[in-house]
Amino acid sequence: MPLVKQRQQEEGQPVIHPLGVDGLLIRFGARLCEAANRAALAFRAAVEAASPQGVAESSTSLTSVYLRFDPTYTDHAQLSSAIMPLLDSRDWYQADLPQGRRLWRVPAVFGTELAPQLSEAAAQAGLSPEQATESICAAPLRVQAIGFAPGQPYLGELPPEWDIPRQSDLTPRVPEGALAVAIRQMVLFSVSTPTGWRHVGQTALRLFRPESDDPFLLRPGDEALFIPVSREELETIRETDGSGGAVAERLR
Amino acid sequence: MAEVTIQQAGPGVTVQDMGRPGFLAQGLSRGGAADRLALFEGAALLGQDSHLAAFEIAGSFLSLTASAPVRIALTGAPMRAFCDGDPLVWQASHALPAGARLEMSGSRGGYSYLHFGGGLAVAQVLGACSAHLGAGIGRMLEAGDRLPLGRERGSVAGMSFDPFDRFDGGLLRMVETPQTQLFPQAQRERFTETVFRKDARGNRMGQRLANDGDGFGLQAGLSILSEAIVPGDIQITGDGAPFVLLSECQTTGGYPRIGTVLPCDLPRLVQAPASAALRFAFVTFEEAVALERAEAKRRADLGKHLQPLIRDPHDMTDLLAYQLISGVTDGDDLERKRP
Repeated sequence: MPLVKQRQQEEGQPVIHPLGVDGLLIRFGARLCEAANRAALAFRAAVEAASPQGVAESSTSLTSVYLRFDPTYTDHAQLSSAIMPLLDSRDWYQADLPQGRRLWRVPAVFGTELAPQLSEAAAQAGLSPEQATESICAAPLRVQAIGFAPGQPYLGELPPEWDIPRQSDLTPRVPEGALAVAIRQMVLFSVSTPTGWRHVGQTALRLFRPESDDPFLLRPGDEALFIPVSREELETIRETDGSGGAVAERLR
Repeated sequence: MAEVTIQQAGPGVTVQDMGRPGFLAQGLSRGGAADRLALFEGAALLGQDSHLAAFEIAGSFLSLTASAPVRIALTGAPMRAFCDGDPLVWQASHALPAGARLEMSGSRGGYSYLHFGGGLAVAQVLGACSAHLGAGIGRMLEAGDRLPLGRERGSVAGMSFDPFDRFDGGLLRMVETPQTQLFPQAQRERFTETVFRKDARGNRMGQRLANDGDGFGLQAGLSILSEAIVPGDIQITGDGAPFVLLSECQTTGGYPRIGTVLPCDLPRLVQAPASAALRFAFVTFEEAVALERAEAKRRADLGKHLQPLIRDPHDMTDLLAYQLISGVTDGDDLERKRP
């Protein structure tokens, strides 16, 4: 179905795919890498600034950009041609991270009944629970993408020992604010949900507040540094601080 | 302000409109009515904007009273409907007197819609009235809930139309996804030759399908990096069963997708009864865009195809009241440009 100029995916080369009746997917990498993630964020920002005719909205996932268009105004081939000059205008893999990024310090309980899979995940990574907590909290993790559920970040990248698989059976339900790990990434859950990721930490964050003027806490490019706290401390934070104890500072 | 009070509500009764486009980058899917076509049909019957909110009834029941005279329209999956005990025709608009008790039950499955003149005027969240249960916006309605109605701008009632045929399953047209070609050709062909039925596992997020014979899937070990997914995407999950994403689906996913059902064919999926046969066929992207454009035009013209309800005087318990509640039109209501 060669309506859209398609190239074979190579590292360092974006590819445009049609996605559904009213969308295009611009993929900067078939595997997650830091440069492809930056490229996706920068290209989406450029498309938003250029606002090509017919584009209704855009989003990013880990290494790709999705453009939804109004099919009464344009189609896959037309929009693909329209964005090609922008896509070819620079090396997106060399792009800077988005402006206005923030570093969030986020209190979290690791292990205990609040996060019951710390020991199991640590063992998979060849670490003791204490080492695992230390490893996760050693450095800020970047928000690589917001997606799946409202305001929900994919954070990375953890050291190589964390390349552990998702569990084959789903955990029936983790609570809002749960911190879970797999494949060198962490997810902070914005809604209570079933998951195949292992639940190693618990925060008091509310990532999606539909009633608020600023409903989504995190943005792609932000960083999160987890601060281990006791269960009692987290309970106090939950009772006294509507933002879950998270403190932000501007990066750069 | 006119309002309705819910007397009884089964599970899955929510307020729905066209949803909240524009938040995919923040991980919030558009949501909105499972059968969006029904909103256009209700709007055509009442001569009002298709973005006004209505009740969606997911195969259960609903009864309510209205505080003032109201116009209603009944669309989507047919139910048995009664106003103060008198039967009401489905796929039609009606005028009800103040205090009327409206009862709806007996759905065969799928999604039914109850629209009011002026729409349901519940508070908007992020620009829309619709409940998005997966995102924690709004909730299922229950007995005692009171919902305000918006300003009534019309007067026509007692109209009906032939709904777009979507209540017996049939063919679902789809386009390829970025992963379609990863499925072996023999499997793609078998997929389009297979008769599917709806599985019991289905909701506003997605519908699982079942078939006789083997399941589907990529060779083990082929992993796909999570990327944007859209309503209509047919995910092949670990157990080999297709799962079609719907209005309230997540925004990203890593399961391989064999195809994407055209938006204009999704009503046929969501309204299919459990026993109905469903089949899939690939169309090109050019054909898909042409079909969507034709459907958009058809929806915009729905108001031209209304007909007065044909009534048997023997069925009318109170002819005088009937005349009154049917309303009198200026004759040009249907031609007037809608707001």
